[in-house]
This record gives sequence, C-alpha cells and structure tokens, in this order.
Amino acid sequence: MNVVVCAKQIPDPAAPGELDPNTKTLKREGKLILDDSDAYGVEMGLQLADKAGGGEVTLVSMAPNSEVSGLRTALAMGAAKAILVSDPALQGSDSLATAKVLAAAIKRAEPDLVLTATESTDGYTGVLPAQIAELLGWPSITFAKHIEVADGKAKVQRQTEEGYDEVEAPLPAIVSVTAGVVEPRYPSFKGIMAAKNKPVDEVKVADLGLADDQVGWPGARQEITDVAPAEERKAGEIVEDEGDAHERIIQFLEQLKVI
Amino acid sequence: MAVSTTWVYAEASEGKVASITLELLTKARSLGGTVEAFYGGADAEAVAETLGKYGATKVYAADPGDALPGAPVAAAMAAQIEGGNRPDLILFGQTYDGRDVAGRLSAKLDRPALTNGIDISANGKVEVRNAIFGGNTLVQTAFDGEPPYIALFRPKSFAAEEGGGGAAEVVKVDVPDTGLSGQTKVLERHVEEHTGPKLDEAEIVVSGGRGLGAADKYEMIEQLAKLLKGAPGASRAIVDAGWVPYAYQVGQTGKVVKPNVYIAAGISGATQHLVGMKGAKNIIAINKDKDAPIFSVADLGVVGDVHKVVPKLIEALQARS
Ligand SMILES: Cc1cc2nc3c(=O)[nH]c(=O)nc-3n(C[C@H](O)[C@H](O)[C@H](O)COP(=O)(O)OP(=O)(O)OC[C@H]3O[C@@H](n4cnc5c(N)ncnc54)[C@H](O)[C@@H]3O)c2cc1C
Ligand SMILES: Nc1ncnc2c1ncn2[C@@H]1O[C@H](COP(=O)(O)O)[C@@H](O)[C@H]1O
Repeated sequence: MNVVVCAKQIPDPAAPGELDPNTKTLKREGKLILDDSDAYGVEMGLQLADKAGGGEVTLVSMAPNSEVSGLRTALAMGAAKAILVSDPALQGSDSLATAKVLAAAIKRAEPDLVLTATESTDGYTGVLPAQIAELLGWPSITFAKHIEVADGKAKVQRQTEEGYDEVEAPLPAIVSVTAGVVEPRYPSFKGIMAAKNKPVDEVKVADLGLADDQVGWPGARQEITDVAPAEERKAGEIVEDEGDAHERIIQFLEQLKVI
Repeated sequence: MAVSTTWVYAEASEGKVASITLELLTKARSLGGTVEAFYGGADAEAVAETLGKYGATKVYAADPGDALPGAPVAAAMAAQIEGGNRPDLILFGQTYDGRDVAGRLSAKLDRPALTNGIDISANGKVEVRNAIFGGNTLVQTAFDGEPPYIALFRPKSFAAEEGGGGAAEVVKVDVPDTGLSGQTKVLERHVEEHTGPKLDEAEIVVSGGRGLGAADKYEMIEQLAKLLKGAPGASRAIVDAGWVPYAYQVGQTGKVVKPNVYIAAGISGATQHLVGMKGAKNIIAINKDKDAPIFSVADLGVVGDVHKVVPKLIEALQARS
C-alpha cells in the first residue's frame, strides 16, 4: 500500500511569530522544520505500509525557497521520497490554493491513502483535508485517533464532541490524524544518514497544471484590511502561599458569590 | 454590501441544537437580511423550533444517511446555490463537522473559506476578524470577488440570544450523487459517560496541567470541580500524556471555555492554552513558578505547590458543605 503524507514545513514554533509589515502574512524566512503535528501522519503511514506488507510513504510538501529541512526529518523517520512544490508564485496562498497544489502533487504519487494532520501549527485553518478530498473526489475522514486498513477500506475511530465514531471508507481516501493516533519514532542515526540521499522531486506550479492566478495572492480573493494589537488582560493580585493561600481563594470565590 | 441572505450550518446531537449554531444564528441576525439554517440530518422537525427561536426563518434539511456530513451536505448546499438559491454568506462553526462541510463547499464552489473567525461585519465589505499569536494580535480580512462568502467561527465568539421567532419552516432538499466522495459510513457511535455540567457550558472550570506530576493526582482536580459544581478541564500536555481524554482539553486545539471562574492548577499558560480560557470572567492560577505566563492573565495568582494548596482548598470547601 502506498501512502502519501502531507508534511508541512514551518518556522520554529518556539520563536515568536511575526507578520511581514508589507504583506501582513506570517514571516516564513530562515530555516523551517517539520511541523510536529505531521510527525504523527508520517509514523502512521510507515506503520500502515509496513502492516500491509509492502508499499512506501511519499511526502508531499509546499514550502518557500526549496526548503527541505523538515522533509529530511520525515525521510529520516523512514519515508521513501518526497515531492516538494516550491515557487515564488505561491506566496500569499490561502487554504484553497494550498489544497489545489497539494491535490495536484498527490495525484502524481497515485497513493491508496493520504494522511494529513487535523490542523497545522502555524496556519491551523483545519479545512485543508476536506478541500483536498473534494478536489480529488475522494472520501475523507477527519480527526482520526485510530486507523486500520483492511480489504481496501480504511476503518477509523473519529473523535467527536461526545466521544468517537467508528467510520469506514473505501480507498483511496484521505484521513486527518490527531496527536493521539500513534507515538512518532525518533529518527535513528542510520535513518538520518540514509535520508540525505533519498529523492526529493521539486516541482513548480506550472508542472502541476495549475495557472499562476489560481494560487498566491491572486488566487486568495481576500485582503487583509487591518492588523491591530488586542486588548491585554491585566494581571491581578499575586499571593505567595505561606500555608494559607487556600483561604484567599475561598474569599475570592465568596466575593464572586459562587460559593 | 448589504447582506440579503445568510445561511448558518446547523449542528445538533440527539435533537438538541449545538450552542455554536445558536451563537451563529444570533450573530447572523445582527447582520441584517434573512437568516436561514442548513441542516444535515433526518430529524429537522425536531430542531426547527429552536432554530426558529434564534432567528432562522427556514431550515433546509439534507439527509446524509449514515455517511459523514462533509460530502453530502456540501453537495446539497452547492446544488441549491447552482440552482439559483444563493445566500451572500454561509457561516460555520470551527467544529469537527463544520470544517468538513465548509472545506468541501469551498472547493466545490471554488470560493475561499476564512477560518477561525471571532467576529464578522458587513459594512461595505464583508470582513472577518481573527486573533493570532495566542490572541495578542487582531487581523481583519475582507472577502474579494463574488459571494457566497464562506466563513468559520470559533465557538463562544458570540453570545446566543433568542430573537423571538416561530418555528423555522422545514424545506427538505435532495443530496445529489456524491460518487466516491460520499462513501463514508458511520458504523457505530461511542458516547463517553460524563456527569456534571459540560466543559464548555460550565460556570466554573477547574483545569489541571503537567504540574500535577502524575495521572492519579488529577483526581483532586475532579474533586474540586465537583465541589464547585463545575467541570474539570486539562492542558494538552496531560491529554497527550494520556492522563485524561481529549474531551477535557482546553485551548486552541481543544475547547474554548468562557466560564465565570476558571481555575488553572499546575498549568504554565502557553499561548495555545490561553486562547481557550482567556475569555473567562475570573481567573485563578496556582503555580509554583512565579514567572509562569499564566499569572499574566490571572485575577488571583497563587504562587505555591498544587499538592499543598488544592487539598487544603478541598478540605475547606468540604467543611462548608
Ligand atoms: C499546534 C499546537 C496546539 C496546541 N493546542 C493546545 C491546546 O489546545 N491546549 C493546551 O493546553 N495546550 C496546547 N498546546 C500545547 C502548549 O503549547 C503547551 O505545551 C501546554 O499547554 C503545556 O501544558 P502544561 O501547562 O500542563 O505543561 P507545562 O508547560 O509543562 O507546565 C507545567 C506547569 O506546572 C508548574 N508546576 C510544576 N510542578 C508544580 C507544582 N507542584 N505545583 C504548582 N505548579 C507546578 C510549572 O511551573 C509549569 O508552569 C498546543 C501546542 C501546539 C504546538
Ligand atoms: N504547505 C503544506 N505542505 C504540506 N502539507 C500541508 C501544507 N499546509 C497544510 N498541510 C497539511 O494540511 C493540514 C491542515 O493544514 P491547515 O489547514 O493549515 O490547518 C496540515 O496539518 C498538513 O498536514
């Protein structure tokens, strides 16, 4: 079974985010890393291909400046190869444009199953998996906390408001996974060395059969009209516990008349 | 532009309309024009009265059968729109099903979807407001191009208020053939047992984090929540560690809560946690690190050990009852 895993490469989330003053979008300069949320998809893909007794994991990523650092991490985990879409025309792409690019790249790999995260750490639109599925004309199951593949079907436990649903869909399908789905492995030294020579196929927007005005700023059909600081919540009273802080809490709750 | 018709994607479970839907209907009313609901389910009659009360004059009902709503409901919406019944705006909750339907509709109609909204206005342009960087920056985005405009909103962004309307008229609409896309099948639903108020509806929420030190220490959070007739919550750190189920998680990828009182015990206050609870009227934090970011939003901050403060608090509350 061949699996495509969407692997987003993002700025280090530990560094404070910044908006570009001109374009008013997130700055994505410098080195990018594999979005932690996608490590679950990579691990799941590797395990499912393994269980199926054959097949491989292909990564699909859209990133600026031919970035591969994050892809190398996922390749080191065990993915076989990657398709990277990098093109200046993609700057300013919204979720739908990104979905068009990813869907076109996925088609090249002809997978049985596509895995994404439920949402990315830096963009978190959360609508991309459904958009990709619609563009491919495939079924989708979002918010998977458990996946099994058998008899040409994916059987998924889908997180819900009240618990979870047992849902199945025929392959090919797209499934978005939550952090609970598997425990990602750490790349081994051997894996890291091997990753350096694994193929990364870099393509442009035109190679995917998309026109420049379907992506980037022209494709987004939206405009950022204002950016402003939010009103800050102020810190209140701070007490050091000297063995009696619970009394201050009780007092506070009494003042609020909740006890 | 003046909005002439707004659709709200309506969600319900066992005949009870979701709070997010009531919030969106209330907001939709304030934008002017006609408000209509679009529901994916066979029991539209059961929800029509509540939807009407909150402002929907009609409820379009598409029955997805035992498939997930994403593909069939989006296809039913698109069929209406292509048939000439076109709203200017379609509002969704940033929820499990809301994201699926909105995402599919956006691709089907080839229209952008603005996500994670916390407010919307329609004075001239239709603009959606977002909070980024853990809520410290507000960004306003306007739709360009042709409507319908698709937007998703985070729960608790708007208050839900009845508008005094009668039951919404139920209009059954067909689900067109969705081919492979619609071939999902829900085999079984598992509902996790829980007692007490729901996390996102509780007046008091008591959340625990990694500072509790061990899974079994979460019991004191549950006990405290129960004594205060509130709901227990959690940071993602202890959900990922498997101490409590995902349904307890407060924050960017969990629930947004706006209780009267939020008590954070052993939680550092990462931005992704803060966005889920900063809207609480009153915040109490207990953390042994006086520099923990949670204190910057706390009305009452206790610098101390949760293993000392919380048991004493429980004892004191027990003594009162
Ligand atoms: C994309 C993304 C989405 C996320 N979504 C969420 C989300 O929805 N919700 C969420 O909560 N997080 C979310 N996170 C994770 C978030 O960044 C933090 O990692 C997480 O909130 C930390 O949980 P914590 O405060 O329990 O743990 P820590 O950050 O480890 O903090 C533990 C705190 O306990 C204190 N402490 C330790 N011992 C004691 C003691 N004995 N007494 C008192 N205090 C003590 C410490 O001083 C520390 O401040 C997300 C992260 C990402 C990247
Ligand atoms: N540029 C990208 N390259 C590869 N995968 C992506 C990209 N953007 C989003 N994805 C995938 O889609 C998921 C949802 O993204 P988002 O809609 O931004 O929350 C992510 O978690 C990734 O798995």
